[in-house]
Amino acid sequence: MQPILSVQNVSKTYEGGFVALKNVSLDLSQGEIFALLGPNGAGKTTLISIICGLVNMTEGRIAVAGHDIVADYRAARELIGLVPQELKTDSFETVWATVSFSRGLFGKKRNDAYIEKVLRDLSLWDKKDSKIMTLSGGMKRRVLIAKALSHEPRVLFLDEPTAGVDVELRRDMWRLVSALRAAGVTIILTTHYLEEAEEMADRIGVIRKGELILVEEKTALMRKFGQKRLTIQLTAPLAAVPPALAGHGLELAPGGQALIYAYGTTNGSHAPVSALFHDLDQAGLAYKDLDTEQSTLEDIFVDLMRGE
Amino acid sequence: MNIHAIGAIYRFEMARTGRTLLQSVVSPVLSTSLYFIVFGSAIGSHMNAIDGVTYGAFIVPGLIMLALLTQSITNAAFGIYFPRFVGTIYEVLSAPVSFVEITLGYVGAAATKSIVLGLIILATSTLFVPVQVLHPVWMVGFLVLTAVTFSLFGFIIGIWADGFEKLQMIPLLIVTPLTFLGGSFYSIDMLPPFWRSVTLFNPVVYLISGFRWSFFGVSDVNIALSLGMTLAFLVACLVAVWWIFKTGYRLKS
Repeated sequence: MQPILSVQNVSKTYEGGFVALKNVSLDLSQGEIFALLGPNGAGKTTLISIICGLVNMTEGRIAVAGHDIVADYRAARELIGLVPQELKTDSFETVWATVSFSRGLFGKKRNDAYIEKVLRDLSLWDKKDSKIMTLSGGMKRRVLIAKALSHEPRVLFLDEPTAGVDVELRRDMWRLVSALRAAGVTIILTTHYLEEAEEMADRIGVIRKGELILVEEKTALMRKFGQKRLTIQLTAPLAAVPPALAGHGLELAPGGQALIYAYGTTNGSHAPVSALFHDLDQAGLAYKDLDTEQSTLEDIFVDLMRGE
Repeated sequence: MNIHAIGAIYRFEMARTGRTLLQSVVSPVLSTSLYFIVFGSAIGSHMNAIDGVTYGAFIVPGLIMLALLTQSITNAAFGIYFPRFVGTIYEVLSAPVSFVEITLGYVGAAATKSIVLGLIILATSTLFVPVQVLHPVWMVGFLVLTAVTFSLFGFIIGIWADGFEKLQMIPLLIVTPLTFLGGSFYSIDMLPPFWRSVTLFNPVVYLISGFRWSFFGVSDVNIALSLGMTLAFLVACLVAVWWIFKTGYRLKS
């Protein structure tokens, strides 16, 4: 099946020699939510800007639903909606006027019913005649989303969409994202709230110093790079890990009251854990409680960034 | 052709005029009326007729041109500079529109505003002095051509400028002096021979001369030359706009 977005060997070197992207390739399927993660300055916004036509790439090829973004830019751009990171709005325009303007700009015929639906979905309907300058930051963010949705895009870029917005609005936005995905819209988001990416994304891409160092299904990523940590609370403190358990790589918690066992989840096998408990019994160690923790996407992200 | 996009940009810009009616229309009309009162009525009543035209009527085309040039440049420059300044230009640059469509939207709106303003000033002038238009079709032709050409010029300035100071610099420091020295208030035949020759390097002379010819049938320079110079400037502006969008100058990195 043809990818809805195909990025092939894209590089970008800015004037002055700064290399923002190095040979980035990526295919996205229709209807998926893709989270692009990376530290500030990694190249996330540059990649989005190139796809949307705001920055010229130095090398490579990008197609949206098979339409080359340079040779066939009209067809490609009609399919794309962009919510930029910064709150760039026309302060003196009304909400209705600015959203209607966006629809026209993207070549769509006037459709008041659709604009009304978008504004209602984003809880903006009662603000439709308000000037944007009178709105709060969160409401301005909603306006930007409404503008991006005004021309019914099939690919939506959300560049840090929840930066600086309150919890309620953030939840509203993720509800909207779910609804858009259900409607077949492909969503590419960058976020600093990794728990959001963990909750929402189907696939995760990690970009570091302009290189896409990893693209994985989220669940596969969690399995591959995630770790579980088992804490065994002992009935009696130990001074050191018994030699019989040395092969398990156990760590003794401060105070000797617990043993800590960290293990990967690569194949989902529980054999190592059962072997550990067998050896614990053999060593005659009694325990009173167990506690497990699993790595979050944030832990994985931090580990990946440390691995540079 | 993305007609909806051209319409969206055009309506957006025209709506801005509606919001700033005082600045866009009332202010230039008021200042032009003051020119008529001072130069046309007060001083003009003591001036001899020029080429058989009373001084008050003689300055009408020059005053319209003065307003037309400054307003065309200012409207178009501000129209494209403001979205660059606040960052909303991202939407236009990411939209499925060609540079021709973007230019048509912004320059079309700026030129429309200037033409309407020019006609309002013409109507206003009839309150002060008797005005005849000998060649109305040519008059409208020069009006439209000048408005479009200088709106294009303003559009280029709006893309070139990286601050409000630069935005004002060319209209204030170059265009206004050239217009004043281009025969708005006098015939260049009234100048000494040396300064008359110098003045012929001023492109605004040709605009005002051609426009005045459409009113009174008299001109400082040949009408064909006037038209040719205006068209040459139009072509130069079109080439500059084409280059800007081709290279992404000041728009894309």
